[in-house]
Order: sequence, then structure tokens, then C-alpha cells
Amino acid sequence: MNFHQMTMVQLAEQLRNKSVSSVELTQYFLDRMAQFDGQINSYITQTPDLALAQAAVADARRAAGEDGLLLGMPLAHKDIFCTKDVITTCASKMLANFKAPYNATVVEKLNAAGMVTLGKVNMDEFAMGSTTENSAFGVTRNPWSLDAVPGGSSGGSAAALAAGLAPVATGTDTGGSIRQPAAFCGVTGIKPTYGSVSRYGMIAYASSLDQGGPMAKTAEDCAHLLSAMAGFDERDSTCAEGARPDYVAGLNDSVKGLRIGLPKEYFGEGLSAEVKAATMAVAAELEKQGAVLVEVSLPNTSAAMPAYYVIAPAEASSNLSRYDGVRFGHRCDNPKDLKDMYTRSRSEGFGAEVKRRIMVGAYVLSAGYYDAYYLKAQRVRRLIKQDFVNAFDQCDVILGPVAPTPAWKLGEKTADPTAMYLADIYTIPVNLAGLPAIALPAGFSGGLPVGVQLIGNYFSEPKLLNVAHQYQQATQHHIQMPAAFA
Amino acid sequence: MSDQIDVHKVARLGALAVSDDEVAAVGQKLNAILGLFDQLAAINTDGVEPMAHPLDQVQRLREDVVTETDIHEYVQQIAPKVEAGLYLVPKVIE
Repeated sequence: MNFHQMTMVQLAEQLRNKSVSSVELTQYFLDRMAQFDGQINSYITQTPDLALAQAAVADARRAAGEDGLLLGMPLAHKDIFCTKDVITTCASKMLANFKAPYNATVVEKLNAAGMVTLGKVNMDEFAMGSTTENSAFGVTRNPWSLDAVPGGSSGGSAAALAAGLAPVATGTDTGGSIRQPAAFCGVTGIKPTYGSVSRYGMIAYASSLDQGGPMAKTAEDCAHLLSAMAGFDERDSTCAEGARPDYVAGLNDSVKGLRIGLPKEYFGEGLSAEVKAATMAVAAELEKQGAVLVEVSLPNTSAAMPAYYVIAPAEASSNLSRYDGVRFGHRCDNPKDLKDMYTRSRSEGFGAEVKRRIMVGAYVLSAGYYDAYYLKAQRVRRLIKQDFVNAFDQCDVILGPVAPTPAWKLGEKTADPTAMYLADIYTIPVNLAGLPAIALPAGFSGGLPVGVQLIGNYFSEPKLLNVAHQYQQATQHHIQMPAAFA
Repeated sequence: MSDQIDVHKVARLGALAVSDDEVAAVGQKLNAILGLFDQLAAINTDGVEPMAHPLDQVQRLREDVVTETDIHEYVQQIAPKVEAGLYLVPKVIE
């Protein structure tokens, strides 16, 4: 059986009807990881012993009569989620030996559902980046073209999925870090409404923007995984209270009458012709199914990138002040005094992009600049949110590209951080507004996948998953695999 | 709007060291990033409140009760240097 070509829902059926045990399925993916991961470096840590032990427990639970869609299902965790039994590096030298004293809430919930941890996957250091090149553990390569980036920061998650080295994975999205790698690697991923998924044990980058979410082959798989990940958590002070919506129940609803907004600012200068064509083809397919297309405007779109690169580094400089060499993480050798210990531990432990963002953050928060940069960016942030609020008066969901182009070559943008930042223009506004958005495969350009995103109103994940699922029922892009890994 | 950045100053604020060889290159990249921010100044935000939380949620309060047990020994297992339950750092006062 080619289990790596199956969706999670299909694999769950195999487990349920006892065609395969969790131990066998886990071993199948562990074997593929051993065979293929050398080519793409998607895993920082592989955990075969833990995985097989968890799988055996899952098989015993099933034998005892328990049933559950996620019971015994292997997955990969982005190495930003704290795991008590496995090192959590956040792709940083700072945390190269960090064994968290506790599990992230997301990990606890997925463990409780009986999921099996195959390992921890690569990312940009502290989730700061769009290519996974900012990892202290080497770059991850795009399975569709080994000299292209997989996107980032959840590039390891996306690459592992595309290469069939995990059926599903967790990711996090602060400025596009689930959606953009999903688009670059031809997989599906949803960034939920801010506060839907607990941030407890998810190593902080920019706390008012960070949000965890599922990545998988299909929207349907994402719906099932999100159902297990989301929920109120007392231990996350910004977690949304109350029950979460049912992410699965409406998947098969018709899109007839659905109003799809096309924001004119997302189709202007800078967008490649192929990505534009793929996005319009998605619109045409949904229109064929009965949806109605309407033009909307998000006039402050171009201000989102600068606002984000003020707010996110400001929060990062504050969050990353905890890495001081005192309580955990890297400490330099032979510090001559306390200040030397702080400075050298941090300078040795952090990579260039992380240091850059800490310094930008320190600058925009410093006396004399706080109002002009930080408060100003927070005011612009409200304008960006208001743009979406206004647009959702005219439409139910918004459709647009994820990134202006398909994946670029490794090393192509590393010398120029500002060029890299510009590639985030379509994903960042969603994080600033705190809205949910799903990225899904929409075709290919020059052999590389192209993704589109559907953006919804607050807590409208069921609608986004429904529309994406309806699109995937009628199309084949999401089930393609790169030939070298098929 | 953006001034030329003082690399040593922002490095110090972030408790980072930038060597003299790196200052020019680091400064050039930081200035390019600050240049992106200039367009913010052109946006009219009169009367717009700063937004810190997407749903304008306020912090929850809970009962003032003990919720954690004493786990300092467990938590300190991962510390670089510990003695008698205390984190050790280089001598601060001569």
C-alpha cells in the first residue's frame, strides 16, 4: 500500500478497518523518513522510539474498543511546540539542547487523541523567516525542486507533507508561516482566528500575532486536526473563551450563493501572471459551483508590511529577552561578568535574522521613536482590521494569492531582507487583523506549486474549510506529489 | 522620518554584540528596514486607537489561589548552573 499517497481521512479508514495497525503505519513513515529525508532535511529530530511506543499504545486502545479518527495517526510537530520527551530547538542554536519541562497544550491534546509523534520538523529560527533558510540546523529543500525554498517559517512541515514523510503536521503562522510554505509545497494549511488554538508551550515570536494550526494534504484533514487542536486554554491568557465551532459538520455544504470577494489590491503590481491566473481559475471553479464573485477593496493593504515589521520585531525583542543564559538555553563559556554573559550568550545563540529583528524591535520601542513607529503601527493595524470588517459587509469570504510568486531559489533573497519581507504582502494583513485564512493548492507554474488563500471573518473557519473542501472535491491539485517522492 | 541607526546603541538595547567589522553591513540592512517604515508616516491615523489585540479582548482575571506546586528542582534541571535552588551567574558586586 502507498500510504504516503493517502489523505489522513483515508489512512484513518485503514486503521479503523484494521487493514493496518498504527505500529505498521508508523514504521512505514519512519522508513520513508530514513530513506528520503536526507534529500530535503525536513526533520530536525526524528523520534522513532517514541513514535513506535505511542503507536503500540494507540493499537492497544483501539483493541480495547476505542475509536477515533486521530487514534494511532502519525504526525510531525513543528519544532516550536514544546515537547517534554523530545528536544525543542525552535531551529536555534540558543535552544539546541533545550528539553522543555512540559508539553505544549497542542501536543497534549494531540497526544490525548492518540496521535503518534514522528519527530520535530525544521523551521526558520524562532519562526522568523519565509524560506526555512534561517535555521541553525540547515536549510530544508522543496520536494518539488531541490534547489527551491520550501517557504517558511513552517517549511519543514510543508516539505515533509509534500514528500510523504508525514500524513499531517502542525505549524504556526505569525505573518504567513503556515500558508506560504503550504503554497510553495502544494499542501493545505489553515491559520485559525487569533486565540482559537492555545499558544501555551508554543515558543513565542510575536504574541499578538502568533497562531498555531494544522497542515495536511486536504482541507478535510485540516478540519479534523483543527478540531483536536483548538479550544479554550486557561494557560494562554489571550486564548478565546467559549466553545469552538464544529469544523467538520459543514464540509459538504454547497457553495451556491456564497459571495467571494476579490480584493483589487491583491491583484496589482508585483503579482506574477501565473499566480494571478491560478487564483482566477479557482474563482472560476467556485463560480461554476454557484458562488458569486464580487470585487472588494482593502485600501490599506500596502501599509500592512511596514506595520507588521514594526509590531512583530517589537514583540520579538521583548519575548526573546528571556534568553539570557540564566535559566535555560545557551550560556557562553567563561563569562567575565553578568553583562558579558548576557551579551555573549545571546550573540552566540541567535542567528543573523533573529538579531536583526531584536535590534529593529529595540529601536522602534526606544525613547523618542515609540510613538512614531510602534504606536503608529498599532493605529495602522486597526485601519487594516477595519478594511476587512468593511469588506465582509459585501462578501462571505475573500479569495486571493498567498504569495506573489511560486517558490524562489535557495539563496536568492538571503542577502536582502527587505526583498524577502515584500513577499509576505498578501499573508501579513490577515495576522494583523487576527482573521482565519486557509491556503490550498491551485495548480503549478514551471513545475512548482501555486497556492491561493481564502480569508474569512472571525471564527468562520468552518466556512473556509467548507469552501476549500468543495474546491478540492472538484479538482486534483492537492493530491499531486513530486515524482521523486511519489 | 528615519534617522541613520546607531548600531551599537540598538545592539546594547537588545543585549547583543556587533563587532566593528560587522557594523557597516548590519547598519546598512537595518537602515533599509527602517526605510520601509517611512510610508507609515503618510497614513492618516487621527482619532484611531492603537490596536494590541485583534479582538480587543482584555486580560482575564482568576481567583487568587495557588495553582502551581513547588517544582523548582524539576524546572532547574535544564539550567546552565544551579546551586542550593538558586541560579548561579557571574559575580555582580565586587
